[in-house]
Amino acid sequence: MAADVSAARAALAGVPNEPGASKPDPIVKGDNIVRTFGGLKAVDVEHLEIQRGVITALIGPNGAGKTTLFNLLTGFDEPDSGDWAFNGKKLSNVPAYKVARLGMVRTFQLTKVLSKLTVIENMRLGATGQRGEKFWSAAFKSLWSAQEDANTVRADDLLARFKLDAKREDFAGSLSGGQRKLLEMARALMVDPELIMLDEPMAGVNPALKQSLLEHVKSLRDEGRTVLFVEHDMDMVRDISDWVIVMAQGQIVAEGTPQAVMADQAVIDAYLGAHHDTDISEIDVEELETEAEAELAAQSKETPTHD
Amino acid sequence: MLLTPSSAMAQATPTPTTPAAGTPAENPLVDGQNITVTLLDVKGGKGEPAPVPGVTLTVFKDKSGGEQIGTQVTDTKGRVSIPIPANGVYVVTLDQDTLPEGVELSGGAENEKTITARISGNNFAQFQIGAAVAEKVAFSEKLTNSVVSGLKFGLIIALAALGLSLIFGTTGLTNFAHGELITFGGIMTYVFNRGFGMSVILAGVCAVIAGAIFGYAQDKILWGPLRRRGTGLIAMMIVSIGFALLLRSVFQYTFGGSTRTLSQYVAQGRDDYGPISLSPKEIAIFVIAIVAIVIVCIAMMKTRLGKSMRAVSDNPDLSASSGLRVDSVITSVWVLGTALTALAGVLLALNQQVNFQMGFKLLLLVFAGVTLGGLGTIWGALAGSLIIGLLVEVAPVISIGGYQPVPASIKDVGALVVLILILLVRPQGLLGRAQRIG
Amino acid sequence: MDFGTLIDAALSSALGPQAIVFALAAIGLNVHFGYTGLLNFGQAGFMAVGAFGLAVSVTTWDLPFWVGIAIALLATVVLAIILGVPTLRLRADYLAIATIATSEILRLIFGSVEAKETFGGSNGLTGFSTTYKDLNPYNSGLDLGVVSFSRNDLWSITVGWSLVAISCLIVWSLMRSPWGRVLRSIREDEDAVRSLGKNVFAYKMQALILGGVFGGIAGIFHVLKQASAVPTDFNTTFTFYAYAALLVGGAARVLGPVVGSILFWFIIAGLGSFFSQATSGTDPLIPASIMTDTQASLVRFIVLGLGLMLLMIFRPQGIFGDRREIAIDGR
Repeated sequence: MAADVSAARAALAGVPNEPGASKPDPIVKGDNIVRTFGGLKAVDVEHLEIQRGVITALIGPNGAGKTTLFNLLTGFDEPDSGDWAFNGKKLSNVPAYKVARLGMVRTFQLTKVLSKLTVIENMRLGATGQRGEKFWSAAFKSLWSAQEDANTVRADDLLARFKLDAKREDFAGSLSGGQRKLLEMARALMVDPELIMLDEPMAGVNPALKQSLLEHVKSLRDEGRTVLFVEHDMDMVRDISDWVIVMAQGQIVAEGTPQAVMADQAVIDAYLGAHHDTDISEIDVEELETEAEAELAAQSKETPTHD
Repeated sequence: MLLTPSSAMAQATPTPTTPAAGTPAENPLVDGQNITVTLLDVKGGKGEPAPVPGVTLTVFKDKSGGEQIGTQVTDTKGRVSIPIPANGVYVVTLDQDTLPEGVELSGGAENEKTITARISGNNFAQFQIGAAVAEKVAFSEKLTNSVVSGLKFGLIIALAALGLSLIFGTTGLTNFAHGELITFGGIMTYVFNRGFGMSVILAGVCAVIAGAIFGYAQDKILWGPLRRRGTGLIAMMIVSIGFALLLRSVFQYTFGGSTRTLSQYVAQGRDDYGPISLSPKEIAIFVIAIVAIVIVCIAMMKTRLGKSMRAVSDNPDLSASSGLRVDSVITSVWVLGTALTALAGVLLALNQQVNFQMGFKLLLLVFAGVTLGGLGTIWGALAGSLIIGLLVEVAPVISIGGYQPVPASIKDVGALVVLILILLVRPQGLLGRAQRIG
Repeated sequence: MDFGTLIDAALSSALGPQAIVFALAAIGLNVHFGYTGLLNFGQAGFMAVGAFGLAVSVTTWDLPFWVGIAIALLATVVLAIILGVPTLRLRADYLAIATIATSEILRLIFGSVEAKETFGGSNGLTGFSTTYKDLNPYNSGLDLGVVSFSRNDLWSITVGWSLVAISCLIVWSLMRSPWGRVLRSIREDEDAVRSLGKNVFAYKMQALILGGVFGGIAGIFHVLKQASAVPTDFNTTFTFYAYAALLVGGAARVLGPVVGSILFWFIIAGLGSFFSQATSGTDPLIPASIMTDTQASLVRFIVLGLGLMLLMIFRPQGIFGDRREIAIDGR
């Protein structure tokens, strides 16, 4: 495994540090993805490739379109135009649940743990291909109890790995912000994804928990998965990412290794400036317009985060 | 007692009616159990209805030609009052030969009416005179009439829809008690008019003021505290359902189940204005509704309060963070919204009659209007309501190859179907902004 | 005041056919709203389709009784699909308005003069319940002292409570399964469920059909127990009352709708009997100047409206619900 990782990283060494650069072994490939809200182009990506088996960070200022791009890639939103493929399979007009079944699973910026289910039930929900989730067999426990037990064993293993086993029977709503992030990540692993997409895994996490969260993200790569994440925390980006993609105003404006991108003074000044610690969550027209107006009016003034 | 058929269509019969010889000045109204008939020539709904004197009416027991109970000739008021011995079935016949020159029975020229007497006092019978049969009216005239009444109906809906839309826009509440706010306006008009003896106009003004106070009280006592508790929108919606049931039952308790009329402007004749015929009260309804809507729209665009209302409805969080007092804005919205809705009730009472569920019956059409135009937009609510009003009134008039897509007896169905279609095809409404839904 | 009459009235309503209709309808709403979070305000429409599916099949089309039952159930499934395909993608309150409008459309059409040949107009249809009546094994009614039932009611109660028991069993066995877990998760956050590879739309549709079929059974039972199908019985207010019954018992609890319906009718009939007695006779307890007997019949609805408000504000989880699990606090 580890050898694969270094090989993959080595492969990236030859990739030019420029927007839309092509990679030796892309798991995701997209072209001309455009999404507009009202008259505003929220996403306008000419070409995008994500390398398999590495951790790629997606960064950029407020309203740069990162979350919208996430939504588009995973089928949670529909683009005006554009094509993209996962493992060579075209994903345009494929609904979100099918995207997830193909092995491309995402988490959310505002953690979506099901707070009225217990932690272990949250985990069980993640398992795929459950016989007990079919209407006609659900009523008969004997048809699904064995599979449920197997899923529970797997869930318990993951809970132990993410140090949530003590919380097993608690309602997920009682967890702290960081624990929710962990639970969401663990639950996503129940789907056994090839590509896991984390939307701001560090947002709202107690600093004490950050280091262990970082290790968990790294461990995802080390077991052979591809990770794509949106993040504002520059330390995290520098620490764990193998490749960085920078977005601004819907476009990819820079790409490269963390060192190269961080060193690019132009990138820092233009796109990371004062905004690097806030982001809007769910993109919609009003917020985008408000953002845009606010940015025009006062470049230095921070706009509040809505949900 | 109103004996005019309410949906009289136009067909002029000659006026005036001259009393024949031997017409009694006034038939005494019998004290005990009786059958009373007042003959009025409604002249196809044009001008004031005129009494028809000098007509012989006879009452038989059980069937025409059976035991004769009594006979009388209509007086100058067009009235007869014939005593009957007990409860039972009676037949009243009208001698058509005694009708004055130029006055004819309409409604299939039926000269017999069967009455089942159950009341110890007056039992009324009704003959249609001068009311035309609808089939004879030209399609174009029917269309014009239905367009006019559709616009009138649409404007009344629009007032209520504006209220609903304002409240929904700022609070997010889908208010199922909104129909009862319309009823509130209607019943208050009746109370001020009949109870306190005010003129209908003054009573209407007072009812709107009462509506504003009712809106204020609702926000202070019910919705405001719920908002501050952080009650969810679905929970609030169910609270509004409970509130609707409560109000409706209280209305029925205090007002009774019957349908009542205001003291003035009840049966007004219509005058011709080119191809359209309108009664004065209908003109008043048009003028009042349009003026109210225009004032509200201008106020929403120009005044400080209006702008803050729109700001809150666009983005409550941002408005709060930019120093707007969201709570007081919402209170003003409740006051304005309920007052507007009460005005719709006043106009509805003026147009038709007052009943404890007059607003409830309108609720879905108001929802339809608001949804059609786009939830939370003023112009949308306005346009949507007018379309719904037209749809309800015009659709039954249209027949394609003898087949009526929307029969008159279920004319609301067309509007409800449109409501569903709009939700499916363009959930943000005709004028609403596209946003992510679901 | 005759408390024997009062208790009899309250108990025979609470255990009688009327409460059973409510329980069945509310079990359906529990699947929709309690477990899945679907705001179906058109349960009366599902009932009407079940009721008229049977009545039209047997009375108008002269089909055998059991074929009529099958057609009735099929019709509710079809209604759920027609309603669900487009509306399940809508926001919760839009779904509410779409379903309420659909049930009104159905009621108006069933009662219209134009469709009188098929649906019997405003008087509705009769003469479809012979088979049901012939199946009655009882020879006489039942008098337990505090409460008594006629022979017909006794048969309806037997059939009705059996249906309720079977329905509860079905709901219980489904909701403890992973399928039920998906529904409860959808109620809370659709996107989370979607992101885990579940076809949310299909689950919502299954829930809508299941709850709709329970509604259809409620409608069928309603017209069988009174031997006539009248369109005005299926008005929107009925749906709201059924919601009240569900919320009293507690949403997302298997027995919530059943206990809720029993309590609902106990209170409604008890209040009705109390005020009717208090205002009748030559020297009524409450003088006619304060309350006439017509008004007396309205007090229970005033209490009902107020009760629904207070319940929703102070105890939205109902009697049995667990507040930590209840769905109705989200936006």
